[in-house]
Amino acid sequence: MATTEPKDPKDGTIWDERLITGDPTYKSIEDSIDSVVLDQSRHQRNWQLVFGLGFLGTNMLLVAVTVLLYTGIGIWGNNIPVGWAFDIINFVWWIGIGHAGTLISAILLLMRQQWRNSINRFAEAMTLFAVMCAGMFPLLHTGRPWAAYWMTPYPNTLGLWPQFRSPLVWDVFAVTTYLTVSALFWYVGLIPDFGTLRDKAKKKWAAKVFGILSMGWRGAARHWDRYEKAYLILAGLSTPLVLSVHSIVSLDFAVSIVPGWNPTLFPPYFVAGAIFAGFAMVIILAIPTRKWYGLEHLITMKHFDWMAKIMLATGLIVAYGYVSEVFYAYYSGSIWEIALIQNRMKGPYAPLFWSLWICNILIPQVLWFPRIRRHLGWLMFVSIAISIGMWLERFVIIPMSLHRDYLPSSWGMYYPTKWDYMMFAGTIGFFFMMMFLFIRFLPAINIFEMKDLLHRLKHSGHGMKESVAVHEEGI
Amino acid sequence: MGIREKETTSHGTEREPALVETPLRLVELARPREREAKPSGDGLIRLDEVRKKLAGRRDFWRSFDQVLETEAYKKRLDDEFPERDSLLKLDRRDFMKFLGASAVMAGLAGCRNLPTEKIVPYVRPPEEFVPGKPIEYATTFVHDGFGIGVLAESHMGRPTKIEGNPDHPASLGSTDAFTQASVYGLYDPDRAQEVSKGKDLWTWEAFYEELYKALEANPGGLRILAEATTSPSLLAMLRQVESKHAGSKVYHAPPAVGTNALEGAVLAFGRRLQPVYDLSKADVIVTLDSDFLATDPGRVRYARDFSSRRQADPPEGMCRVYTVESYPTLIGTMADHRATLKPSQVEKFARWLGGQAGLGTGETGQFGGVEWCFTCAQDLQASRGRSVVIAGEHQPAEVHALAYAMNHALGNVGQTVRFVEPMLPPSEGLRALVDELNAGKVSALLILGGNPVYEAPADLDFASALSKVALTAHWSLHEDETAAACVWHLPANHYLECWGDARAYDGTVSLLQPLISPLYAGRSAHEVVEGVLGGARRARDVVRDYWAGQVGSPESWESWLEKGFIPNSAAPAAEVEGIRPPAPSSVAQPSGLETLFLPDPTIWDGRYANYPWLQELPKPFSSMTWDNTVQLSPRTASAQGLENHDVVEIELNGRKVRGPVWVVPGMADDTAVIHLGYGRTRGGMIAEGPGFNANLIRSSLFTSYVEGVRLSLQDKHFPLGVTHGHHQTEGRDIVRLGSIEDWKRNPSLAPPHAFDPKLDEERNLYNPEEFAYDGHKWAMAIDLNLCIGCNACVTACQAENNIPSVGKEQVIRHREMHWIRIDRYYLGGLDHPEEIVHQPMTCMHCEQAPCEPVCPVAATTHSVEGLNQMVYNRCIGTRYCSNNCPYKVRRFNFINYGDRHDYPSTQDKKKPAPSLAALQNPDVTVRGRGVMEKCTYCVQRINQARIEAKKEGRPIRDGEVVPACAQACPTKTIVFGDMGDPNSAVSKKRAEQRNYQLLEELNTKPRTTYLGKLKNPGSGA
Repeated sequence: MATTEPKDPKDGTIWDERLITGDPTYKSIEDSIDSVVLDQSRHQRNWQLVFGLGFLGTNMLLVAVTVLLYTGIGIWGNNIPVGWAFDIINFVWWIGIGHAGTLISAILLLMRQQWRNSINRFAEAMTLFAVMCAGMFPLLHTGRPWAAYWMTPYPNTLGLWPQFRSPLVWDVFAVTTYLTVSALFWYVGLIPDFGTLRDKAKKKWAAKVFGILSMGWRGAARHWDRYEKAYLILAGLSTPLVLSVHSIVSLDFAVSIVPGWNPTLFPPYFVAGAIFAGFAMVIILAIPTRKWYGLEHLITMKHFDWMAKIMLATGLIVAYGYVSEVFYAYYSGSIWEIALIQNRMKGPYAPLFWSLWICNILIPQVLWFPRIRRHLGWLMFVSIAISIGMWLERFVIIPMSLHRDYLPSSWGMYYPTKWDYMMFAGTIGFFFMMMFLFIRFLPAINIFEMKDLLHRLKHSGHGMKESVAVHEEGI
Repeated sequence: MGIREKETTSHGTEREPALVETPLRLVELARPREREAKPSGDGLIRLDEVRKKLAGRRDFWRSFDQVLETEAYKKRLDDEFPERDSLLKLDRRDFMKFLGASAVMAGLAGCRNLPTEKIVPYVRPPEEFVPGKPIEYATTFVHDGFGIGVLAESHMGRPTKIEGNPDHPASLGSTDAFTQASVYGLYDPDRAQEVSKGKDLWTWEAFYEELYKALEANPGGLRILAEATTSPSLLAMLRQVESKHAGSKVYHAPPAVGTNALEGAVLAFGRRLQPVYDLSKADVIVTLDSDFLATDPGRVRYARDFSSRRQADPPEGMCRVYTVESYPTLIGTMADHRATLKPSQVEKFARWLGGQAGLGTGETGQFGGVEWCFTCAQDLQASRGRSVVIAGEHQPAEVHALAYAMNHALGNVGQTVRFVEPMLPPSEGLRALVDELNAGKVSALLILGGNPVYEAPADLDFASALSKVALTAHWSLHEDETAAACVWHLPANHYLECWGDARAYDGTVSLLQPLISPLYAGRSAHEVVEGVLGGARRARDVVRDYWAGQVGSPESWESWLEKGFIPNSAAPAAEVEGIRPPAPSSVAQPSGLETLFLPDPTIWDGRYANYPWLQELPKPFSSMTWDNTVQLSPRTASAQGLENHDVVEIELNGRKVRGPVWVVPGMADDTAVIHLGYGRTRGGMIAEGPGFNANLIRSSLFTSYVEGVRLSLQDKHFPLGVTHGHHQTEGRDIVRLGSIEDWKRNPSLAPPHAFDPKLDEERNLYNPEEFAYDGHKWAMAIDLNLCIGCNACVTACQAENNIPSVGKEQVIRHREMHWIRIDRYYLGGLDHPEEIVHQPMTCMHCEQAPCEPVCPVAATTHSVEGLNQMVYNRCIGTRYCSNNCPYKVRRFNFINYGDRHDYPSTQDKKKPAPSLAALQNPDVTVRGRGVMEKCTYCVQRINQARIEAKKEGRPIRDGEVVPACAQACPTKTIVFGDMGDPNSAVSKKRAEQRNYQLLEELNTKPRTTYLGKLKNPGSGA
């Protein structure tokens, strides 16, 4: 396809303004997406490699969790003063990654951003699996995970409720709501596509399974009507979640007395950071998938360009957060806050702090250049840097604030153990395993919405720039 | 239904027979219709019939139905479940359901095979024995030969906690860390349990048989090497052994601190005498490299006397302390003027000071390195009779002699110091014994305690000397290095299992009585020696008869036991005369690195090496646990190119040993201090492993410092478990300190940048009266002016609150569990810190505790009396409370520490330690894994006092509740009580202007407050 790709008149890079490139028809779109599911022979070495690695990682995770449950969290490096470390870093990191999915599916839907159609399904699945990975940590990081359900309000003979003043209880509500709504949203969106797959499936069992999953979808006008309404309601429900979940997660820190944990800036800056990290992960996943399954005409450079712009914007908000943290520490005149910032900049973990600034402030600035926004290699590099940077951000906030707080007598260092790394790597493995299972067995791109998009592009009347461009191309 | 006869009693009444068959039987259930019972009775009571039946009968009857023997009645009688009609009506399906459920239930019930364990009721408890209520017995803890009177708490016959005996002069109710940990020794899983010969188990009788044979063959061939002991009755028995077996000889090993003090008396007075100090009368104290508050037999009493003169405003004025020392000491941290000198320079300074005191021993110019020397000299002169000079235990005899001479010249003898006949018996040195052993003169050697194979300086080569004797026996608590080198090993009894006696630092005769019968086949020292004498007297009788013969009558015995000591038995002051200042020390003036080998501040000479409580007790100044190190001053370390965690080879006279380096600010330059007691190769799974054995390079020629030690770097990054890695306060208002002058000017001692509580009142968003505490308001005040950093509180808390030890690996990960810790801050530069301050830290019990609102399950809550409580059962272990605690006093059980007796150094030798379960305090929950815990202000003691007060219908009195830390504290630094009562001791402390809240600006309103430390420098400074 590269040969036909037009060039940008300004800088000569390969550039196509369209959201669907090539010469698509409804059938060709449908085929290119559903064949990934229906033609299992398409999953060759690449799939096996990633899935295999993910599967190994998942097994490692199971080993790590078993040992953890048997021995206690003493196998990790956590200590007093650093009560939280990899466990909560990973929790916040994964929760953050999930945010892009919800943003794409809910907010962009409400804003009628049609470019979301080719990546929303994919991003929603990512959200779901990221939240699963995230949810494991707060559960397993408790000293007695078998009693962790006490954090939920459930009727019991003791008449005891959770302590609602604690942000950890808010977390429970925020995360479980998030998981439920995300799963529902994802599933509801899949129903019309299940119907398509059921109809096109050649194998009997596949037709049966998709038939059950499609819940009797016949594509009737009434179905469509109800579907649209339900989907819109769910989008409305999800929208506040994009903002609330990470705000609440940030309150785990912000309500505390720990220097470095309690800037009032935390909620917005955590939300921006989450979207920042989420889009980076979408890009990391989209680049290889798109190539391996020949979906270049559906996930186009236009999509990457826009995602990169969102990353740049949220990255700037995050950078503002970092700078203001430093500013306010000095502005406050509080000796604890000043000591904390100095410890971040000059203390034993200073290299991690400066790596954070490089990854999250310096490197994303290259996205100002259109040339780089349209270069997949660069995008991959920037996205990986951002993912690392966002993990470092949580390291800087959590253990680095805890390890030196008020009384110098209790200062101590934190060093992770092999089990900390295994747990973390294990969740990454689990995430990739689930993503690749999803790609293989479910339509990774929304079939009917892409067809809808094609229809709208063909019968433009919406006055959108893209549709005009498409129109001129004469689709 | 089975056919059963009705049983009839002699009265003729019917007794319902016990049913043995199962109620459900398949045959019946298969034919339910046929078996359907009629409704019970027909509803008509046929009175005539009853009357007829009863006519002429003379037996008891109960009901008409019974008399008539109706169907319904019979059925009730016969059937275990008379109402089971519904059961009998079971159809096939229900039957199958029941069958299935029964099978499942039976299967579940069969899952656990519980062994039969008979329990026996407590039919005849001893008098005054109330289950659940501990009883205290007075006894005596013996450390390095000297006794400290203690009260041992016994729960249902199980000693669990040691407290000081308030009447005993060496204790006055306080203790030290060794005493607190001593109860662990009773339950130590590695204690020697049986008599053994080689690898075989034998009996005491077999041992004595062999000994008697050897004595018969060579009556003068017996040697006994006894560990340092002051027990008068035991010493009398040993003298009897010598007289009974002519030619045999008893050697006494020196105590770990050495006998330089006694040798000094020989130089000064011409005979062995022991100094006893009275610090309550001392206005000026000068210490010459002495750590007497940590090592002297009178340490606990001295600390109390010292603190009585160290209160902020004592009636007699605050005493003043001048210290020269080579290594930081407890008294040194309290000193108003402190200087560091190499060990060899201390004698020079003593001579200089002697010259100033009129002894004519030294030059008169300024003494280099001690800026305040003239102030000190003038102060001594000005306080004649009210001053005291104390020489360090490890300083040569000459320094002691100089100190004695100075005290004499200053008129202190009889005032602040008196000399008494020594309680340690005179003895030839170990070298003489080794020579005898090597000469083959000895046919039997009985080692009565101690561990000479490990402890003896390397040049003696004690082990090879031992191998030349046919019959060697070692009596001790552990099968240690000496036990391995001896033919026989004889298990000793712990002091809580023994009858015995010992002298306290001042000579007071203190008695040991057993609280528990020996757990194993051990015997006490008295019993062992009695066996050597061929007698069969019981230890109790030996001790009782001895003292009855010495003082008073046997009738006094019980009153003595009740008190724990013989009243007024302190040694009388000896007349001293002919004091002469000694000739200069024979030790050449060393150059280069001077090395001191000192008993360890926690595990002493190695005798407590198997006590994890002491192994994990952070050593004062270095905060080191589980290891000994080569300790150097920062400047010396830099000069040698060494850093913390480096491993060096320590070479002395061709002998080498390897050990890690630790830099201790406040040490003298060109000095190395190595603690003994580590590097054990046998003696228990805790003892074996940690540290290195410095005895391997020691020489018996030196009783003080040695020169010529060479250090060479071998390795880097040796892991060390240090609990407190940061020395400075970072300019934060954490400890408050000032001279008396400063204090008069600024009574709060607050630094200029300190938070102003008045601001808080203006700016506070919260209602300070939000919760009015109506009842008790528990509070604690910690007077930094008194804390000497001795660690007694830490071990006391560990013993009281069932706090587990975690092992070195976990300490390195900052997971030690101590509920109270002693923070140590240096003030001033690295090379010459001006001050070293100790700050005990416990839970602050904040009124607005940051830990409470963040707990998601409300496991940490506030009591109406102001206690910050942990509900262990509710805790799920999120650790948020600890993160949010600005004082970091919460401790988390990361692994199941409570059940562990396997420490990293000995992981290949895991074994269960059931005996340790008996050590636990039954009044305190043993916490499991994954649960947060922390100081409770000893809530179990508060509740105990509350119960007592309620029973007597009165309020809790001030001073009735004493937490374990406050009880153990020898200086009474920690005061606890009800701050709602304005007359309570704690309220008075809080009312002092020195009182401050730690991190007050956080508005946590801690109930534990601190009082600033005062300095009383001399006017010339």
